[in-house]
Amino acid sequence: MKKKKRVIPGFGLSFGIVMAMLGLIVIIPLCSLVVFSLKLSFHDFIETVTAPRVLASYKVSILTALIASLINAVMGLLIAWVLVRYNFPGKRIMDGMIELPFALPTAVAGIALTHLTTQDGWVGKIFAKAGIQIAYTRIGITVALVFIGIPFVVRSVQPVLEKVEKEYEEAAAMFGASRARIFFEVIFPEIRPALISGFTMAFARSIGEYGSVVFIAGNTPYKTEIAPLMIMAKLQEFDYASATSIALVMLFIAFLILFVNALIQSYTSKIVSGIE
Amino acid sequence: MGENTKAYVELKHINKTFGNYKASDDVNFTVEKGKLIGLLGPSGSGKTTILRILAGLENADSGEIYIDGKQVNEIPASKRGIGFVFQNYALFRYKTVFDNIAFGLKIQKKSKAEIKSRVDELIELVGLKGLEKRYPKQLSGGQRQRVAFARALATQPQLLLLDEPFAAIDAKVRKELRSWLRELINQVGITSIFVTHDQDEAIEVADEIIVTNKGKIEQIGTPVEVYSNPQTPFVVQFLGEPVTIKDFNQFKGFREKTKGDRAIIRPEFVTVTKKNEFNPYPVTTEEGIVERVAFRGNSLELTIRVHDELLLANRQIGQELIKEGEHVNVFLQRLYLVDDHGQNVAIAVNEALRQDESVVI
Repeated sequence: MKKKKRVIPGFGLSFGIVMAMLGLIVIIPLCSLVVFSLKLSFHDFIETVTAPRVLASYKVSILTALIASLINAVMGLLIAWVLVRYNFPGKRIMDGMIELPFALPTAVAGIALTHLTTQDGWVGKIFAKAGIQIAYTRIGITVALVFIGIPFVVRSVQPVLEKVEKEYEEAAAMFGASRARIFFEVIFPEIRPALISGFTMAFARSIGEYGSVVFIAGNTPYKTEIAPLMIMAKLQEFDYASATSIALVMLFIAFLILFVNALIQSYTSKIVSGIE
Repeated sequence: MGENTKAYVELKHINKTFGNYKASDDVNFTVEKGKLIGLLGPSGSGKTTILRILAGLENADSGEIYIDGKQVNEIPASKRGIGFVFQNYALFRYKTVFDNIAFGLKIQKKSKAEIKSRVDELIELVGLKGLEKRYPKQLSGGQRQRVAFARALATQPQLLLLDEPFAAIDAKVRKELRSWLRELINQVGITSIFVTHDQDEAIEVADEIIVTNKGKIEQIGTPVEVYSNPQTPFVVQFLGEPVTIKDFNQFKGFREKTKGDRAIIRPEFVTVTKKNEFNPYPVTTEEGIVERVAFRGNSLELTIRVHDELLLANRQIGQELIKEGEHVNVFLQRLYLVDDHGQNVAIAVNEALRQDESVVI
């Protein structure tokens, strides 16, 4: 059979490079996780990943990540809205600052946040009067996760919001729809897929976040120990197999979150693209 | 009489500026109840602005807007009793056909049963039965337009405004939709104004055409009036397929002193006959050389050089063929004489026809 010519050449080459990159950067490291974990027997594996202290750390990680991502979904949407819909001095600077949590070394963020939120810190002082302690509690972890997760939501929603045409709003306004109604019935459905995707990315990232959290968490066993910290602890004991076992569980959780997101995205894109 | 002939919509001295661009420049017109009006003009001529000001989506800088005798300047868009069909329809993508049409009724807090019966009625009217549960993207362009139309009519507006209603549709379906829309508007009996840049569309669909240019209204009249009796240099050059003749006095039949900076002629006023064909007006006929013959499907378009001016003419398929390079008889029936300084247009009819006292429309 004759090879079909493509209009744009180089598919073979570019696809090859993509696969090689993916393999080197993503697939091989992930496979090594599985390989290392296999050094444990199945019984030992289960025992390691379901140890009470480890289970508690999953709970802390998932709970704080979930709350932080929910906060991020609301706040990120608001920030995106303000950046897209209004003009004000310093808008560009504010827009640029959104990426700061991506660029900043996470440890720097962790130290800064901890410093601010301890009993003597600028912010911590105020909350301490109300009897709320932030640093070294789950609240502190959540604060750190809000910090690192916010760009995911803003950067997912912003471009989509920019593309929502004014005509949709005008069409609704012609019928006398209230502003709230226009937002929830007309604009929100348009940005919902992007919001969900931003939320899940922030969520998946937050579950695995280590650098910014360890400083503010206090790391009290069963209370403020996050799952990545458990991995670090195992590594420091040179127990690679246990470390990778816990990592494997976290990988599974992250995969699950992204999978659910992919399902939602494909459902909504069906409506928009019109493919039955 | 009386009430019925009174203006239903009236714009008085409307001005609107965007930055330093004058989108509406002292716009005045009235629309009678039940009429279908076409706002015709090139893009950027301010026709959409007029529509949006009327709808209340834009505020005029000055001027008065009356609908049904009431001044509506301060009345919000939703209270003006207007249905609006947007250029790209602006259907809510995440709502089904039914929910799109029901949107306005839900806001009016109508009962479920009422909404259902009204939506069903509209779906029947626009011929979309069975598609209620579809999403906009699962419909063809024409079907989407029907949904937009039904949605605009759902709340029983008294005035329907359509912004380029056919722009997003294939040429073939567009023709069908034009007559469909025309019929439907007649059936509903609603006063309607639509915006278009397509003269065929305006001429075919509208009862009355308002020609706009650079924020100003150039001419208002029935399609026949506007097409055959253009009043301004712009209208002459915008409608039909105009060809400009600079030195028109050298053409036989137009030799007498006539005022005008240049003349405009349309292909339908150029009669081309072969040398061996019968020519009723030999005295005022010119000779020309065919430079180009273009096939136009149902006719041939001829480009003919006469006195160093290039003219366009149509010749029906089925008549004896004319070839490029051939010498032919060219008879000009009428010219539009443009006075650029006075901004007016006069019609000059060929002497031979004047003697005949024949009337050409």
